Amino acid sequence: MAKNIQLDEQGNLKHFLSIEGFKRQHLMNILDAAEPFANVHAQAVKKVPILRGKTIVNLFFEASTRTRTTFELAAKRLSADVLNININASATTKGESLLDMLHNLEAMHCDMFIVRHNQSGAAHFIAQHVSPNISVINAGDGCHSHPSQAMLDMFTIRKHKTHFADLIVVIVGDILHSRVARSQIHALNTLGVTEVRVVGPKTLIPYEIESLGVHVYHDMEKALIGSDVIIMLRLQKERMQGALLPSANEYYHQYGLTEQKLSYAKPDAIVMHPGPINRGVEIASSIADGPQSVILEQVSNGIAIRMAVMTQTLGRKTGVQL
Amino acid sequence: MTHTLLEPLKLNNPETITHLLDSMCESIKQKTKSLDKNKLVMIGIHTGGLWLAEKLHQQLAFTTPLGSLNISFYRDDFTKIGLHPEVKPSQLPIDLDDKHIILVDDVLFTGRTVRAALNEIFDYGRPASVTLAVLLDRGGRELPVYAEIVGQSMVLEAGQQIKLCGPESLQLKRNKC
Repeated sequence: MAKNIQLDEQGNLKHFLSIEGFKRQHLMNILDAAEPFANVHAQAVKKVPILRGKTIVNLFFEASTRTRTTFELAAKRLSADVLNININASATTKGESLLDMLHNLEAMHCDMFIVRHNQSGAAHFIAQHVSPNISVINAGDGCHSHPSQAMLDMFTIRKHKTHFADLIVVIVGDILHSRVARSQIHALNTLGVTEVRVVGPKTLIPYEIESLGVHVYHDMEKALIGSDVIIMLRLQKERMQGALLPSANEYYHQYGLTEQKLSYAKPDAIVMHPGPINRGVEIASSIADGPQSVILEQVSNGIAIRMAVMTQTLGRKTGVQL
Repeated sequence: MTHTLLEPLKLNNPETITHLLDSMCESIKQKTKSLDKNKLVMIGIHTGGLWLAEKLHQQLAFTTPLGSLNISFYRDDFTKIGLHPEVKPSQLPIDLDDKHIILVDDVLFTGRTVRAALNEIFDYGRPASVTLAVLLDRGGRELPVYAEIVGQSMVLEAGQQIKLCGPESLQLKRNKC
């Protein structure tokens, strides 16, 4: 079996690149570790000293507000020092290669890189080339993976639903371009939910997605029947090439979450969205702001999950160097 | 009274704990008799300290809610031993500013746990005072930490272990529970 580069020799979390390759217990450990971090904001001093003296670099090659700021806030609440590298203004525009840039950052004795890149596999590539004492966290790579988002979603689901085993989860919309959806599907199946359904127009559902262990629907109302969790995805227009949709109006009519469509789900179903939301395109305002929406909770939980992942990757036992 | 051997202190015996708790209650009463009851707060350190604090809090009929402290995020050996995934959150349901805190732990040894606990307490507020109360002071301090309220003192060899086991029927045991 190929070695999982996300784990060290002792089987502890070293990098966090994708949900694939983790067992249920790994994911449960991350969820459990996040629980106490969710309370740190209640302290007068909203900080714990556990990562004091560690330097964490935010390396964002692609635009992000929520993910970058919550990673930064998470690092600061752990007392780490944070460096935000603005790639557009950095030396890569002067022709420096990615690896040269990384080696320069290593020479500054950084401990962790948090990477977002529009190319799938970028974080893996970086993890394979950094020196062994550095941890890499994937904050989204192309259409591949966004594991910390998936884990904060699992954390939010667990807060409301207790047991994963009983759940029917529906993921709605632009599955094709969504790294969040891929990570969520892996996480939900690893945690053992009853069923994961994906629903969207044929043009936005990837070919052979059934192989990930999901049921595909094109009729939203049918997909929502009996569901416990509804995850709405943003239409990623910036990644769309060619005519995938007739119009935003038509999309909203078919796949936008409205009160009428929501009535097909269980009465206590929760509505999630990784953000940023497009009101009136994929979700009605009344639902985004309504009692079943947990969208803002997801943001708060993102900080706790990211604190847990950072602490687990940097807090490994320092084993004997081979 | 200081014992040099474990035997005079009866291990594996719930009555030992009851007896020591009674004596700790007396000392806490003496210590706090002139203080405003609303300004007294008891905090137990996870896990053994919290079990004891629950009993003391009840026996002394404290009016303020009991707090619990998990010092995992404040430890000084984090990079050596890592973080246990099942860390329970600290719960301090009351403002700590200007309060007199009774900080409870089971066994006082190096003093490093108490150092971490004090740091965490001060991230929640600025108490008027902190008094340390421990069931057992086994010596071996590595930091200038002093417990004013002590159930029992004894000197243990460096390799010897003693542990509070619970939460059903609290007992002191050698090595493991």
